[in-house]
Amino acid sequence: MQSHSRSARPLSPHLQIYRWQYTMTLSILHRITGCAMSVGLVLFVYWLLSIADGPQSYERAMTFFAHPLVRVLLVGFSFAFFYHLANGIRHLVWDMGYGLERREARTSGWVAFLSAVAVTILFWIVVAVRHTGDIA
Amino acid sequence: MSLRSPLGRVLGLGAAKEGVQHWWHQRVSAVALILLATWFVLSLLTLGELSYENVHAWMARPVNATFLVLLVITVLYHSQLGVQVVIEDYLARKGVKVASLIASQFIHIALGALAVIAVLRTVFGAAA
Repeated sequence: MQSHSRSARPLSPHLQIYRWQYTMTLSILHRITGCAMSVGLVLFVYWLLSIADGPQSYERAMTFFAHPLVRVLLVGFSFAFFYHLANGIRHLVWDMGYGLERREARTSGWVAFLSAVAVTILFWIVVAVRHTGDIA
Repeated sequence: MSLRSPLGRVLGLGAAKEGVQHWWHQRVSAVALILLATWFVLSLLTLGELSYENVHAWMARPVNATFLVLLVITVLYHSQLGVQVVIEDYLARKGVKVASLIASQFIHIALGALAVIAVLRTVFGAAA
């Protein structure tokens, strides 16, 4: 009985058999970047606290942030930020009822992703140019 | 005492009993963060050398401190709303779900308090 009543019902396609489209990647990436930044907020608050706590704490924090592995993490967070910002604006535009046609949504998806990559690169170039003498 | 009828009060609230409030707060905080977070990124880039003196002086200025406090509160609120949805979506077991939701709230509020105190102490100074 139970199996009968189950099979009689229409099922929405499971994720495993749903043809993967890059719009799905963009959608899940919005969540992943958001969650990553939620964790990253701990580092942001640590930085603020170190400033409030005085020069020694700040030096310790900056030594931590200068560690190569943390640097990689920071580049990741910066991309997460720019992507979440760009794609978030895309969501807000959708919420206003615009850009929902398939072609528009695909184009805006590419624009959000590529502009996030571009701005991330630009951001670190500016940082590198401005702070070349900082950690020498 | 509310003058609204019992029916009027529940109409449109759906199974979650809270209507679009969560969704709306997420959007409004998002709009605020477009401004506040962009301000912060531009500030970081124009701050000059990230020495203690530089950063401390920047943070101690009233306008910067105000925007920092607004940024910290808004970003943690937005983060809490987002993490809440993720927990509700992916954690099926009720006990684990409720415990995670409470933990997330505690952590977000604690981080917010720490950050606000950090900014205020930098503005107003403290007895060393």
